[in-house]
Amino acid sequence: MSPVFAIARHEARRIFVSPLAWTVLAVLQFILGMVFFLTLAQIAAEPGMLNEQAGVADYIGGSLYGFSSILLLLIIPLLTMRLFAEDKKSGSLTLLTSAPASITEIVLGKYLGLCVFFLAALALMAAMPLSLLGGTDLDLGRIAAGLLGVFLLMLAFGAAGLFMSTLTREPVIAAVGGFGLLLVVWLLEAMAYNGNAFSELFRQLSLIGHFEKLRRGVFSTADLAYYTLFIVLFLWLSVQRLDLERN
Amino acid sequence: MEHDILIEARGLTRRYGPNVAVESIDLTLRRGEILGLLGPNGAGKSTTMKMLTGNLAPTGGTVKINGIDLAADPKGAKRSIGYLPEQPPVHPELTVDEYLGFAAALHGVAKKDRAAALQRAKQACGLTEVSRRLIGNLSKGYQQRVGLAQAIIHRPPVIILDEPTVGLDPIQIREIRSLIATLAKEHSVILSSHILPEIQAVCSRVLIVNRGRVVFHESLAKLASEAIPSYYVQFSRPPEHLELPGVSAISALGEGRYRIESDPSFDPREALVERSVANGWGLLELRRQTRSLEEIFVSLTSGEANELRKAA
Repeated sequence: MSPVFAIARHEARRIFVSPLAWTVLAVLQFILGMVFFLTLAQIAAEPGMLNEQAGVADYIGGSLYGFSSILLLLIIPLLTMRLFAEDKKSGSLTLLTSAPASITEIVLGKYLGLCVFFLAALALMAAMPLSLLGGTDLDLGRIAAGLLGVFLLMLAFGAAGLFMSTLTREPVIAAVGGFGLLLVVWLLEAMAYNGNAFSELFRQLSLIGHFEKLRRGVFSTADLAYYTLFIVLFLWLSVQRLDLERN
Repeated sequence: MEHDILIEARGLTRRYGPNVAVESIDLTLRRGEILGLLGPNGAGKSTTMKMLTGNLAPTGGTVKINGIDLAADPKGAKRSIGYLPEQPPVHPELTVDEYLGFAAALHGVAKKDRAAALQRAKQACGLTEVSRRLIGNLSKGYQQRVGLAQAIIHRPPVIILDEPTVGLDPIQIREIRSLIATLAKEHSVILSSHILPEIQAVCSRVLIVNRGRVVFHESLAKLASEAIPSYYVQFSRPPEHLELPGVSAISALGEGRYRIESDPSFDPREALVERSVANGWGLLELRRQTRSLEEIFVSLTSGEANELRKAA
């Protein structure tokens, strides 16, 4: 078995034996559950707001996944902060670096382990709208696009957070740094508003714009390419950073 | 591939900016040997070990492990090594079994052999009783054993142990030492320490490192056989001037004590007793002592301490 999968399994296990992961899942589910319930209550009170253009899936998916993006921004740096920083601090990173595994394999393994957690969070987010299938017709494509958007957002946040974690030995610094980095990339959109020469560039670089389209159910390869490049960039930077440490 | 020389480091150098941590260290480890790396704190022992295990890229020099160049094929070379750094690289939130299972998978132990490998490593390190305990709840001595188990789980030909007994109580130190001696039957070992008796107790060859350089390199058996003995003698009424034919040097140490050096072929003790009786010097003590590793160590490394004292 390739060391990537061994590390991924190990990392996923470490995430799920820590109370942090369960607390994060619980808080995430509680807040999103509230949003879901409130949206449903609103639809029940005013059934007239549904029409040919906008169905249940649009309201539920839209508000639920829109809100989750902000929550993820706050939560994911807390999950990624430990990935390398804690191992560096305790010295247990040496276990990986003296094993027959390349730095790329170590980074990929840790990242894949993190993805297991993301899939668990995604399953919870998918379960809420899908529970309505018994009572109403849902636009499943719309829900799927929203979920894909959320997943890509998680992967992007995860890669940036992982990179931040390679920079320091203190998990809290990694969390603060990760949060700051994500917020800056997120807010690049705001810099596009005042219509300067680079506004189109800023718009393209911002995390939020690409997520908005998917949230509205528009799937385009440009958005997918954006997220792929974002993830690859930060994973590559992490590898470079760890390699630098060896030198 | 079977090689008689398991580790061959040539001209190993490591600089941190203008500071030289390790300068052109040559090191060879043969099959079945326990090599002790001895030196005061900060001499470059850990740096050398980090370079040997691929955790630190050397500024200059090469490392060959089991015939494989560490720089050219790090994965292949690392397969032959088990490494226990100064701080055991354990995850406190996992149980001993979970942790060692991962260590085995990481080192490429096939799934079907993993249970047996775990069992063997736990047995060798005395961990069978604590298999299901969380590592974080174990004592420092047991955590050290988990670290050792991790280093031998894939049966590497070489194990590298960086100060394995640091921070343990005297009983744990004895246990870890005897464990290392047992492991040495199957593996070649490089061991670093700043504790002399430890090196003397377990190693077959010693390398004294000071300020990043090798200052002494000898097998302990050879050291014992070639050692030049000196004789310590004390009189209650010492003569004004002690002379003895056949010895190479006599130095007075005060209070009637003398150190006498002589050729290994000539033992002056009998002559000393006869003279003492004949002249009424009142012999109080007479003993033979070979130059110990400690004296060599102190004489090789104390220059630095003296300089420091002068500077202060």
